[in-house]
Amino acid sequence: MNQTLEKPIFEYSRPGRGAAAQHPPAPSADAIGRAAIPDALRRREAPLLPEVSELDAVRHFTRLSQLNFSIDTNFYPLGSCTMKYNPKACNQYAMLPQFLGRHPLAPATVGQGFLSCMSELQDMLKEVTGMAAVSLSPMAGAHGEFAGVAMIRAYHRARGDLARDEIIVPAAAHGTNPATATMCGCSVKEIPVDAEGDVDLDALTKAVGPKTAGIMLTNPSTLGVFERKIEAVARIVHGAGGLLYYDGANLNAILGKVRPGDMGFDAIHMNLHKTFSTPHGGGGPGAGAVGVSARLEPFLPVPLVGSDEQGHRWLDETDRPQSIGRLSAFMGNAGVLLRAYIYMRMLGRDGMARVGEFATLNANYLQARLRDAGYELAYPTRRASHEFILTLRREAKEFDVTAMDIAKRLLDFGIHAPTTYFPMLVPECLLIEPTETESRETLDGFVEAMVAILAEARSDPARLKAAPYTMPVRRLDDVRAAKHLELTWKPVQ
Amino acid sequence: MSQVPVELRYAKTHEWARLLPDGSVEVGITEHAQAALGDLVFVEVPETGRVLAAGEGCAVVESVKAASDVYSPIAGTVIAVNLALAAAPELVNQDCYGRGWMLRLQPASPAALAGLLDAEAYGGQLAATGG
Repeated sequence: MNQTLEKPIFEYSRPGRGAAAQHPPAPSADAIGRAAIPDALRRREAPLLPEVSELDAVRHFTRLSQLNFSIDTNFYPLGSCTMKYNPKACNQYAMLPQFLGRHPLAPATVGQGFLSCMSELQDMLKEVTGMAAVSLSPMAGAHGEFAGVAMIRAYHRARGDLARDEIIVPAAAHGTNPATATMCGCSVKEIPVDAEGDVDLDALTKAVGPKTAGIMLTNPSTLGVFERKIEAVARIVHGAGGLLYYDGANLNAILGKVRPGDMGFDAIHMNLHKTFSTPHGGGGPGAGAVGVSARLEPFLPVPLVGSDEQGHRWLDETDRPQSIGRLSAFMGNAGVLLRAYIYMRMLGRDGMARVGEFATLNANYLQARLRDAGYELAYPTRRASHEFILTLRREAKEFDVTAMDIAKRLLDFGIHAPTTYFPMLVPECLLIEPTETESRETLDGFVEAMVAILAEARSDPARLKAAPYTMPVRRLDDVRAAKHLELTWKPVQ
Repeated sequence: MSQVPVELRYAKTHEWARLLPDGSVEVGITEHAQAALGDLVFVEVPETGRVLAAGEGCAVVESVKAASDVYSPIAGTVIAVNLALAAAPELVNQDCYGRGWMLRLQPASPAALAGLLDAEAYGGQLAATGG
């Protein structure tokens, strides 16, 4: 790994330097005139862009990419994020010029190939989740959650049941769940989980009532264990007139094995960038397709892909008058959806089940080996799902070594840190998710690193407190970073 | 073991309540809570005049690790809030039982504190959960 920090591209800038071969052709005065931009809105000076040679630009961005800690270079066991490998074949086929050149406003008659891929993707997602219908338009996980809760609200409103504005979430929920409920105009009721990580059914029974719009659950939960009482949860919530929302963040663990639709869920979002192996991007582009039970189908966001004797076509507001509407320009991120489609076609039904099996096997293997190495498990009586939690509370007390210190030290071993301090229910926790794509040798290498770090925690805790040593930067001042945002290279005059 | 002053009352969710001489009740988060959260970077306090039920979310604390709700340990009306926390959220880390107080409530019932944990019971809860 390159150990030198790369300076901002603005610092390479010299007036007048550039790469003429890369410049777009200057628009003619005639073209500018036709665009009819009002005179007052036209800029008088060139924008403050860096002026560098082509080689300087190439070196700058290549160096930045080399500083990047990525799944293509390093083990990345970031719990709850499912940083699985993205097979290059998915990329190769999604980059076919016929897909890349397709304009989203092209008539359906000339886009039948793309539309049939999307139609099959809708069908495959329905099949693997056990839902009645799917919409591909949400562009990220939280966007899919928003669609799901908006549909639940629309469903209650359509029945004239206007009092239902409470969403129940377990204490271990992803932060996006209460945020989604709030965005949809609901209030949030939090319920506890018991010592083994299952939802507290007594608390749930007390929490539901005529104001309950629904419950948002992840299964397996963020505690890395399967919610065993899910059928009772569904009975209680449905019995009170509410609906069940499945946060698909942890779908990888049960892929091809158990279906949210069969557990009683009414709405689900699927993070195609997690479970179906599309790139996570730096915050995008993602894809958060939503699936629903039959009673929510009329409310799905449009457009959808439908079929008739003429072939495939877009279904819009005319076909779905009760739809919650459009959540993205056109239908989500077409390139990301294609990658998910190709991934699912490559796996097939049997391959899909192996994803769940190997993701779970790898997590349980790591859990057992780290327990034997002396790490404390947060839920020692439970089998791991696709991820599991270690607690460093003992090390924090005895050696003043925290989960963050261990996470930072792992970077020196060439391993991305697991998720730290989530869920907050577990003190000093590391949430570890190896995914199905890692070999036995990689997992053993991780265990060796963790064994060496635990030995260091006992013999030389100060060494951990100052880690990492081999990264371009050491410990960042995250308090100052959160309180004093500086988002410009230097103040604009 | 974190510091748990004997003169205060506690909620299971790690808030403390102090009965003031004028009958109002001061509220903040405990030493255990601030230590678990780590360095705070933002505190949101409620508006004065707001009526709170016991257990209702009344403030938000955001640290470098997480954002969490603070729940009102008792029912009452907000009569004062600690505005200093807007510029200096670190007061909660430095002095959670003193300058890091969050709000003062006029309790809905004079016996409001009776339902809360005393220092011994709260300390017992922390010990049981490894805090």
